[in-house]
Amino acid sequence: MSAPLTPSAFEPRGKRPPPGRTPRLRLWSVRNAALLERIYNGFERALVGAAPLLKRIGFDRLERPVAAMERTVKGALFDCRMCGECVLTATGMSCPMNCPKALRNGPCGGVRADGHCEVYPAMPCVWVNAYEGSLAMSAGARIAERQPPIDHRLKGGSSWLRIARERAEAP
Amino acid sequence: MTLPEPHPHDIGPDPGAPLVDLPGHSSRGRLERVLRRGEFAVTAELNPPDSADPADVYSRAKIFEGWVDGINATDGSGAHCHMSSVAICALLTRVGYSPVLQISCRDYNRIAIQGNVLGAAALEVGNILCLTGDGVQCGDHPEAKPVFDLDSTSLLSIIRRMRDDGTFLSGRKITTPPRVFIGAAENPFAPPYDFRALRLAKKIAAGAQFAQTQYCFDLPRLKSFMTQARDMGIDKTCFILVGVGPLASAKTARWMRANVAGVHIPDEVVARLEGAKDQKAEGKRICIEMIQQLQEVPGVAGVHVMAYRQEHYVSEIVHESGVLKGRAPWRRDFVPKLQAVESLQ
Repeated sequence: MSAPLTPSAFEPRGKRPPPGRTPRLRLWSVRNAALLERIYNGFERALVGAAPLLKRIGFDRLERPVAAMERTVKGALFDCRMCGECVLTATGMSCPMNCPKALRNGPCGGVRADGHCEVYPAMPCVWVNAYEGSLAMSAGARIAERQPPIDHRLKGGSSWLRIARERAEAP
Repeated sequence: MTLPEPHPHDIGPDPGAPLVDLPGHSSRGRLERVLRRGEFAVTAELNPPDSADPADVYSRAKIFEGWVDGINATDGSGAHCHMSSVAICALLTRVGYSPVLQISCRDYNRIAIQGNVLGAAALEVGNILCLTGDGVQCGDHPEAKPVFDLDSTSLLSIIRRMRDDGTFLSGRKITTPPRVFIGAAENPFAPPYDFRALRLAKKIAAGAQFAQTQYCFDLPRLKSFMTQARDMGIDKTCFILVGVGPLASAKTARWMRANVAGVHIPDEVVARLEGAKDQKAEGKRICIEMIQQLQEVPGVAGVHVMAYRQEHYVSEIVHESGVLKGRAPWRRDFVPKLQAVESLQ
């Protein structure tokens, strides 16, 4: 019998990192952080541009299908946990919610000498990845931005729509 | 031999009473005074008892008395259950010690933490160290729910907000804000190495006024961290206390680096212990030499001695390292002569 898994702090989908193997696609995303950053910036512009249209359709009506789409795309690319407050572009395209301590401001002091996680020894530390990713990104210095405490009410919601909504409803 | 007297600012009318306020200080604690005077500070870690007896706390603090400027009461370190940090600190302030409250984000959410900060400050606790906390997997309750509602950086900003703005995170007003000196932890010995100084800078921007590091057994690594820190100017905005401690034997050293999260012990140190006739004495010797070398590193404001299960050696280590340079931290037997209170009749 394998040892029971240690629970993680942030598991809205009941999803935890696979213990036996390293997450491949997520690591690809970090290696290609510069490319993804460009795609993301373009996507954000499109999203903000489409905000008036989205508003006409109705943000509440769009919430479920868009959240499902976001979960599928970001889930595959980043092992996204749908925290609802996406900060990928400030964390080297490495999702900080995969950290079992849910750290959004930097690594803990327990990172192993090989750069792996204290809690899940088979998993590379998401903040070691984040730092590597940020070095490749043009706005990599954003890793120094301080992230506020997370709002747990936004869990499971679409952060894409939230960005569009904020722009659309801004005075 | 007469012992030198503690600095007049560090002595109150009676040991348990709060000290006079000093301008520009955010707490009434002795640790902040020592650091702001530019003295090389010494703090030590108290191993919390698995007991409900206050005498167990006092006996563990007594051995540090007169040798350290602050006593850290760990908060469920290594994710093991012990007496709570806030209770230990409150017991220590009754005597007059200067405790450092440790808060780990692993065990409480923002509601519990802010309440604890107010309570601790009301009990005259003047220093708070904000920690993320070890994962539950390394403790005696690996099945527990890890909380991690906040991370250490956001915890720092919340306590600073409580103190400086007089509000909770929610914006609700606090009638008497807590007077506390806020600290952060840093581990220059864990990857990503080049990010560590930036991470400390982030914590300082969030409110950290002092930092205590993980055990330092690797001086070159510490020096390169300090060079980065000085380049960023953060040694000027934060007092950096470097963690040190005696290793009991080569076996302990091997066990620690394999099992204690974030502890890095180079092979040379293990080999030196291995080759010694008296490994315990050699461990002490290594610790003393490290303290002496750290004193010479620009930007290092003090040392934090973590002598787990060897606490009785702390006074010898501090004494033999000469780190206090003849200075005497506060001790109980030094009580200013008070005039007898006249009877009421």
